Amino acid sequence: MAENRIRFSATLIERGINMSLMEETLQEQLSRIIIKEAKGESKKAVFDKGLLLKVLAFLSPSLLLVLWEIFARLELIDIRLFSSPVMIFKTMMPMLYSGELLYHTFISAQRIVLGFLAGAVPGVILGLSMGLFAPVRASLMPMVSATFPIPKLAIMPLILIIFGLGEASKIFTIGIGVFYLVLINTMAGVLNIDDIYLDVAKNFGAKPFQFYTTVAFPGALPMIFAGFKLGMGTALLLIVAAELSAAKAGVGWLIWRAYDMFDIEKMFVALITLAFLGYIFSNLLEIAEKIVIPWQNNRR
Amino acid sequence: MSPTVAINMEKLTKIFYTNQKKVVALDNIDLSVKEGEFLCIVGPSGCGKTTLLRILAGLEKQTWGKLVIRSKNPEKPLTSMVFQGDSVFPWMTVKENVAYSLRIKGLPKSERLRIAGRYIKLMGLEGFADAFPHQLSGGMKQRINVARAFVSDPEILLMDEPFGALDEQNRLLLQQELLKIWEGSGKTSLFITHSIDEALVLADRIMVMTAHPGKVKAIVPVNIPRPRDILSLRSSPNFGALFKQIWELLQEEVLKAKSMELKT
Repeated sequence: MAENRIRFSATLIERGINMSLMEETLQEQLSRIIIKEAKGESKKAVFDKGLLLKVLAFLSPSLLLVLWEIFARLELIDIRLFSSPVMIFKTMMPMLYSGELLYHTFISAQRIVLGFLAGAVPGVILGLSMGLFAPVRASLMPMVSATFPIPKLAIMPLILIIFGLGEASKIFTIGIGVFYLVLINTMAGVLNIDDIYLDVAKNFGAKPFQFYTTVAFPGALPMIFAGFKLGMGTALLLIVAAELSAAKAGVGWLIWRAYDMFDIEKMFVALITLAFLGYIFSNLLEIAEKIVIPWQNNRR
Repeated sequence: MSPTVAINMEKLTKIFYTNQKKVVALDNIDLSVKEGEFLCIVGPSGCGKTTLLRILAGLEKQTWGKLVIRSKNPEKPLTSMVFQGDSVFPWMTVKENVAYSLRIKGLPKSERLRIAGRYIKLMGLEGFADAFPHQLSGGMKQRINVARAFVSDPEILLMDEPFGALDEQNRLLLQQELLKIWEGSGKTSLFITHSIDEALVLADRIMVMTAHPGKVKAIVPVNIPRPRDILSLRSSPNFGALFKQIWELLQEEVLKAKSMELKT
């Protein structure tokens, strides 16, 4: 630094510039003082920001509803096709009070839960076995790969023929959709477990069943839950299709019934109910995940 | 095999075949380890140290050669290994990790926690028993790792660079603690390290291995009396001379390994 200054001063003398003035400004430039002082972020500011985001998240859908209602009132949209929030609300209330909506929701929720369990339980068990044992994987993987890409809706007629028109066919349709997603995720979860954990279990003399309970299952749990979440999405998709044929109740049936009667408001009520069901189920899974995988809580 | 010998290897050889290429990891290892002895293994990277320990741990099988391990108490597990790197189960709490071998053995929970509690105390993990590993530092995790191996009460303790990834302060602390619980237990131990210093602190004998293929280059006895203290030990006159001796043996191999790396 000092050397640079001397060289710089030398060039200044060469050019015959007033030294003392330059020296002064130079001094000023060299002795810049930077002050950063903090007195703690005020709690109020943090709170206000969070509140603003919450208000925004509430405001934007509300605004959309208001716009929808205005457009319907001004007949800018065809209310026979798109209805309006107020009309939907007016249809929904009596359905709620009479217990009709609750009944259909309960029927569908029951099918989703049973179908989900019917698919998830064998999916986890088989996925763990395929992940842990190469011979099991080698013998089952070709069948899984071959049948997984078949759209589950395409096999519904076959399921109806085999399982008849009762509850079994609906539960099976949902189950099969959930099964593949849980199976593939569970297997991937086990295969992703670091070899070192398997070595530890082996070194301490773990028996095959203990490999399941102490390493494979807990190690794959995060991926298993990813499979559950995907499976739940598929279950909601399949419930509507499953209730299309030979059903006498359920939210999906409600939609198809409204279609037959050209009752747009009822259809919207059913759609809202489905959205609500999806919200409830995904939240339940989220809560279950936090309880079952406590070691992941702080990582996120 | 004399009754004081715990492990005996004759012409132990391990060959890996990868991509049609033959790699000799261990080449005719002859070694015998006395009961209650602490043997440190040093050698350049990739000289087969870990393979040797994995064969002893039953995780790998030798290609040929003979390995004899004397078991005095069939009730006890033969070996327990402290693995290199992070091998603490992230899905178990500290106490569950430490008690893992007891769970495998099928001991009742209260018994498991009682035994694990003792080692949690010994390794300075008190107050962290219910924490999950991701909440702890690397040094704490290695304490769990060592405690887990000691809890299983094996006849032979295998440690693969357990302190390799730690900073100097934590390394010294853990060496001190390992010395303390090891000297109390008197277990036959094999310990891999990259640090000559660490080997001198811990070992009764130090085995120097050659670079690829791994052979026994020399076995150097460490004549420093026990119980040892990691501070006064370093000022002992033997320490410097031994350090020099080991480094001279090792230096040649490290340079050889480097030149081989350049060729390939």
